[in-house]
Formats: sequence, C-alpha cells, structure tokens
Amino acid sequence: MTATRDREVGTARRRKEDAHLITGQTTWTDNIQLPGTVHAALLRSPMAHARIRVDASPARHEPGVVAAYSGADLADELAGLPSAWQVTPDWVAPEHKPLATDEARYVGDAIAVVVADTRAHAVDALDAIEVEYEPLPVVLDMEQAMADGAPLVHQDAGTNVCFRYSDTFGDVDAAFADAPVRVRRRFVQQRLVPCAMEPRAVLVAPVPATGEYTVWSATQIPHFVRLFLALLSGVPESRIRVIAPDVGGGFGSKLDIYAEELLAFVLAGKLGRPVKWTETRSEAFQATIHGRDQIQDLELAADADGRIRGLRVDLLADMGAYLQLLTPAIPLLGRAMFPGIYKMDAYRFGCTGVFTDKTPTDAYRGAGRPEATFAIERMLDELAAELSVDPLEMRRRNWIGHDEFPYDQIAGLTYDSGNYEAATARATELFDYDGMRAEQARRRETQDPVQLGIGISTYTEMCGLAPSRWLGDRGYAGGGWEAATVRILPTGKVEAVVGTSPHGQGHVTTFSQLVADTLGVPFDDVEVIHGDTAAAPAGLDTYGSRSLAVGGVAVWRAAQRVLGKAKTLAAHLLEVSEDDLEFSGGSFAVRGTPGATKSIQEVAFAAFAAHSMPDGFEPTLSADFVLEPDDFSFPHGTHLCAAEVDTETGRVTIRSYVAVDDVGTVVNPMIVEGQVHGGLAQGIAQALHEVARYDADGNLITGTMVDYTPPSAVDLPAFTLDRTETPSTTNPLGVKGVGEAGTIASTPAVVNAVVDALRPFGVRDVPMPCTPEHVWRALSEARGGA
Amino acid sequence: MTRISVTVDGAEAVDEVEPRTLLVQYLREQRGRTGTPVGCDTSNCGACTVLVDGRAVKSCALLAVQADGAEVTTIQGLANGELHPVQKAFHERHALQCGYCTPGMIMAAVDLLNEVPDPDERQVREGLEGNLCRCTGYQNIVAAVRDAAAELRGAS
Ligand code: FES
Ligand code: FES
Repeated sequence: MTATRDREVGTARRRKEDAHLITGQTTWTDNIQLPGTVHAALLRSPMAHARIRVDASPARHEPGVVAAYSGADLADELAGLPSAWQVTPDWVAPEHKPLATDEARYVGDAIAVVVADTRAHAVDALDAIEVEYEPLPVVLDMEQAMADGAPLVHQDAGTNVCFRYSDTFGDVDAAFADAPVRVRRRFVQQRLVPCAMEPRAVLVAPVPATGEYTVWSATQIPHFVRLFLALLSGVPESRIRVIAPDVGGGFGSKLDIYAEELLAFVLAGKLGRPVKWTETRSEAFQATIHGRDQIQDLELAADADGRIRGLRVDLLADMGAYLQLLTPAIPLLGRAMFPGIYKMDAYRFGCTGVFTDKTPTDAYRGAGRPEATFAIERMLDELAAELSVDPLEMRRRNWIGHDEFPYDQIAGLTYDSGNYEAATARATELFDYDGMRAEQARRRETQDPVQLGIGISTYTEMCGLAPSRWLGDRGYAGGGWEAATVRILPTGKVEAVVGTSPHGQGHVTTFSQLVADTLGVPFDDVEVIHGDTAAAPAGLDTYGSRSLAVGGVAVWRAAQRVLGKAKTLAAHLLEVSEDDLEFSGGSFAVRGTPGATKSIQEVAFAAFAAHSMPDGFEPTLSADFVLEPDDFSFPHGTHLCAAEVDTETGRVTIRSYVAVDDVGTVVNPMIVEGQVHGGLAQGIAQALHEVARYDADGNLITGTMVDYTPPSAVDLPAFTLDRTETPSTTNPLGVKGVGEAGTIASTPAVVNAVVDALRPFGVRDVPMPCTPEHVWRALSEARGGA
Repeated sequence: MTRISVTVDGAEAVDEVEPRTLLVQYLREQRGRTGTPVGCDTSNCGACTVLVDGRAVKSCALLAVQADGAEVTTIQGLANGELHPVQKAFHERHALQCGYCTPGMIMAAVDLLNEVPDPDERQVREGLEGNLCRCTGYQNIVAAVRDAAAELRGAS
C-alpha cells in the first residue's frame, strides 16, 4: 500500500534533529561518562616564546594523579601533527609536536600533561610541575617577522617565511600601463576566534586486550581523525573507531587534527584506560585555531568609465606559530575568488605565508573566500567613489551577465550558472534602494550627526571543494569525493549512510527529504546515519559547504541505484519488462494494466526474502555511491546593508539588512534561511565586533568572551531574506551550498555601509572591526585632527 | 565535603559535594543531568542556564552548596509529558542549529516569559542578552520566544 505524497524537496520540513536537543537528551562528548575514566589537563606556556625545561615528575605525587609527562618525556611516543596541504614545493613545515619539547612558541602552546582521577585533581596538579622558562624574543607582526634579523619562530627553519606563492593571468603590466584610473588600498583582515559554543573535547577508550580504540571527539572530521590517528600512531585504522556524537558547532575550527586528540589517544594506549580531555573556554581561545589574519594590498586598474582592466593582489597571511591541517592553504583558497563576479583582462595574485608567535590559524567559516570577497567588494566601492559613480552601477558595469554563463573567469574557474541581475533587482526592491539613497542625501544635507551609509556586496563563492584532481594539482594530500550508502530494509524503512559529519546543519532532515523523494517513501521512514566510522566507514566529512553539493548528490545517486535495482526486481515480480513499468508515489505500476502494482516496500521485502529473483540479482536493496564531483558550485547573491553611524560617538547601528542569495535548488528553505542567518551573524561580527588582540609580549588580551565580545541578540538586527534560484549545472540536483554565503557576503556589505556613511568627511576606510573607537579615529584622521 | 539536599527536576536528592563544586558540575557529574552543557568559564555564555526556585540562573556562577534546599529545573525536567511551549516553538521556528546553546536559551526564555508575558522584539533580545548562540543569528530564537509567549498567554 502506498499513499500519494507531496514532494519533499522544496518543503520547509521541521528538523528531525531537534527532539533530543530541545529536551537535553544530548550526547556531547563531554557528557559521556565511562567507568575508570581518567582526565587529562594540559600545562600551557604563559610566554609567547621561551626555551623551556620542564620537570613533570613532582606532579605525579599530587592527589589523584595517575601520570604526568613533559613533552620531552613523550618525545619518542608522540608524532608531529600533520599539515595536509603543501602549497609550494619549498614550503617550510616545522615539526609540530603535541607537547612542545624544548621551546614554546605561543601563549597556550601545550608543554606538559597531567592525568588524574578527576578533572579538578588534574588541574590542581599542574601547579606542581616545575618549568624553567628562558624568554626568547617574540615576533608578532608579519611585516616585522619578514625583516632582516627578525627573531625566528623556528630557529632551525632560518626564516619566518613559510611559503611564497604567485600566479599571473593575462598581461597585467599592459593592463596597468596606461590605465586612466588606478585604485590602491591596503585592508587588514583581523584575526578572529571561531568560538563554537561547544568547546573541543575528546574521550578515548582503549581495549588493551585487542588493541582497539573508540574515540569520541567534538570534531567535524571523524574520518580524517581516524586516518591521522592511524598514520601517527601506527595502530591500523581498522582498530580505531571515531565517533563524532552531537557536536556543538565548528565553523572550521573543528576541522583539524589537534594535539589533544593525539595526546589522549597515545595516553589511553599507554595507561590502558579511558582518557578524557575537555577544553575550557580560555583554552579554546588560546589553543583552538584562529581564523583570517591577512594584510591585503590591492590595486585595480580601470578605464575612465570604470570598466576593470586588471587587478593585483598581494597578501601576507599569518600562519601563527605552527601549521595545522590546512593552515597554508587557507589564503590560497581565496586566490581564485579575488576577481569576484567581475570581468577583467588581467590578474596577478601573490601571497606570502608568515610564522609569528601566535596561535595557529586555519579554516574559519568561508576559509579564504571571505577575505577575498571582502577585498574585491571594498575595491569596487572605492573605484565607484573615485569616479563618482553609484557603487551599484559600478558593479553592473563590470559583472558577468546572466547570458554569459558558463563563464571562464580570469583565475581559471568556470562559473557554471548565475544571475546577478535578478538577485540584485530583488534585493534593491526589498531594500528600497532609491528611498535609502534619498534619505542619505537628506541627512548629508542637514548635517545630521547620525549619517546613513549604504553598503553593497555582490558576491560569489566556490562550494564543495573538488574535483580531487584539482586538489591534487594544488598540493592537497586528500580528495574531494564523498560516499553514501542507501538501503531499504525488509520493513520498508530506509537507511542512508553518509560520509559527511554534521554539527548543526540539519543534514539528517535534508538528506531524508532527498531520499524520500527519490524512493517515494515517507520522510519519517528515512534514517540518516553519520559521524561514526564504524557505521559510515567512508567519507571526507563536513566543511566548505560541501555536504549537500557533494554529499547530498552522493546520497541521491545511491538512492537512484537502489531504485534501479528495485525496478529490476519489480519487473521480475510483475512478469513484465522494466520498460513497461512506471514509478510514482513509491509504487511500480504496469503501464496500461490497472491494479498491477508493487510498492517499493513490497519489493524491498521480496529482495530480502530472495525467493524469486532475476538471474544474477543480488539480494537486498542496497547501493553505494562514491561521488567524484565534476567541479565546484558557485552560489551568489546580493546583500545590502543600511548602517547608521553616529559621527559624534562612532557608534554603528545596522538599520536594515537585506540578503538575496542564490544557492541553486533549495531542498529545505527553512534550513537554508537558518544557515544564512547564522552566517550573517558571523560576518557582521567580523565587521563590527570581533578581533583577537595580542599585547606586545604576545599575550592574547581578548582571551575570554567578555573581551572578545561575540555578538548577543541585542547586537544584531533582524534580517530580510529572499532567494533567487539558478540551479547549478555541475551536479544533477542543481544545489550549490549555503553554509558560508552569509559570512562571506556580509562583512564587506557592512563595512561598505560604514565607509559610505563617512565618505563626505573624507573617510576612505575604517579598519575592522568598526568599533566606535575605530570609527571615531578614522573620522578624526580624515578631518585632519589627532 | 558538604551535605546538600536539592530537588532536581522533581526528584529529591541528598549528596555530598566538595565546597568548590559548581552547581553545573554537580548537576552534570553527580546528578547525570548532562542536558545542561558548559560553554565558558567566565559565566558569559549562558549555555548552563537552569531555573533555581523558578528563576533563570547560570549554573556555573553558583556553587552547589548555594543550591542547598532549592528546587532546580534543568532542560531535562522542563517537558512535562509534553513539550513546554518554548521547546515546541524552538522546533517550529528552527531556532536551533547545533543545539549547544539551546538548553540555556530555553530556560532563560521561560524565565523571561514569566516576567514579561508579551515581550516585543526588543524585550526578547534584551532578555536573552546573557545567552550567546554562535549558530542561529538569533532571528529565529526571537521569533520562537514571541510565538511561545502568544501560546502561553492563550493558555492562561
Ligand atoms: S557555562 Fe555558564 S555561562 Fe557559560
Ligand atoms: S544553536 Fe549552536 S550555538 Fe546556538
């Protein structure tokens, strides 16, 4: 029996994920309590750079202590942590031990570990560890780090330069030679702290008799964690099961192989009992990766009417003290995105990665793309100001027309589809662009102390890092494929096993919708299994908005295979040819023979019983699919921000924010909206609130939530959202990916608005975050004051 | 060790605690109430918010001994056979993503709606200022709390 049902794709289904989260029946890693567990606490360097001599032995006599080790004690047992993306053949990749052995290189660098019966005892015993610190000179600023005679973060390397990379497309010199207009700017992408609400945590339970390990980790990448634990420890991956249970946000910061994961793994093996480590928030600030941190020098050459001829980009990218999993690749991921949605004849990109005595940087929401988009969108505004053209008009003069797709852009990517005109038209209408400009003019005329600024960001981004060959050509050790298995169980219920590993994105719901539509089964009959390498052994996890654009397509393909198999069996059971069958509403019907039907559930039971099958038919309705994507997908959109800037206090208030995004086919509009909301919050936070600041000695002075000021509900406006839908042509679902869009687009929209408000005063830039202090300083400098 | 007696989610308990044990630690480690998570060590994030004698309290900002004699409600004790209107509204409005802030948000919202039964958007935002969410951008949380307010007013 089958019920006719509505299409799932496009429906705002309430999330299956919510039930346990709203009732507190959660499995955060730190919730798991195993008998016999011991707790690890780490001693971290209070100095940004120091030679260290550590004696952990006194801690061994403290109450409850089971073991205590310095880095030197474990030097032979702990392998160095990997960086998986060699961006140039001659990069400098210093050894990165989970516990520093003879030198600490940033405040928070782990130098010793205590394991005790309770976390409190472990923390108490850290005080007993004896450390001699011999301070070494500290280098925190990238430009100073590159100067001759600068103190070295890694003595052995002989340099603070990690890599130099450059690429040229077209004849850049010709483009700049006699250009009527040139605009040069330097932007600083401040260092950010990802600040997922759940701190990192890891629990490793060994079975000494068999040499097996179960690892729970608050990670985005259980498959990579298993792989690297195996590579670094020599334990075969078949003996390592990694589970990412409920994970409380990541935003890139849980896309890493961390010192504490390897340490807990090695200690659990050594001690033969479960070892747990949970980060405090203070540790999260110091020892979980940071994001952004670039100095960007850009120059645009244009014709007199503003048509862009060429773009030059020079980046300094702060690696921090060590390379984490993808550290050097992050700025280079932006390489192809600096040209944005614009046509140009020539482009040169250069980037230097620099070591400093600070927390390592790595992927943070958008990873390289927000930095690039910010720069080009700010430049378009500056170009518009230079030529006294409306910034929206300046974009129209340069962007790729909707009839020009697919479009081979200057940096070698092919944008498959897009319609910048449509998204912009919708956004300007919702925003009342002309009305806002009129109000702006009034306020300027009346010299209102509160000026109005209008900020535009018309962005595109690349989602679903792939194909694997493309990644390999650029030095990445991994691939870009994704795996899924779909099986219809004997009862007719369906399991979809996926290699992606969500941490708040609602994959269970979205994937259920895809499978329900494909197989014609009820949404509630689909179970999605993820985040456990025992249940879902193959996968490349979740980051870079790849989960739907790559993982979702894999799920859909696997479901198609299952359907194909079901059809073969249905034809056999109904004694007709497959060509005579029609599939709809979850049921196979023989064309022209009313009543001759088999529901997919009946077929599934027949496949399980396997009493009567065509020759060569494999029992059960199950299929795998490993998807190797053809290319990226390119979401785009137009964001408009109206900001009120108080010229007396420097205070910025977002008056209105409109986002029209085009993420291709939308599976669940409610989830898509939620992703955009969250993305906007993080992008606006970069524009207005957040910065990781160090003092001259290298202490992180924004090391708590009080100082770092992540926005609360009062700090953010209500957003107005809409969509256009231009399906991607690089995958059969037409989906594009949405997780990073809001973050990428909003930072330049907000800063453009702030600068726009202040342009009549001569302000041409305000450094991020645009706090009252920064705004006020920019104003008084422009006015020629102190 | 100090002996305390506390009612946690309706169950009376008598326990020995170290004087330095925080209420949240006690709830999580000794009472198995792991539905209440910890997000910070400075009492800023609100993830650990519970109701103590009906009022929202950051359970990391209180010692377990201070809760002696009190009635504590955590997210695990809020649903009374069926979901509390605030829980229901969070689900309906997609007011959570990773869900880590959610228990604290819900408990704070319950207290807010006791005080201000018909809050406007501004009042909700101000009422939840002490609870940080890194995923949702708050828009759907605000909508959910206002929906729940309407539902609670209708019910009373
Ligand atoms: S854990 Fe209590 S406020 Fe953050
Ligand atoms: S839902 Fe993730 S922190 Fe609020």
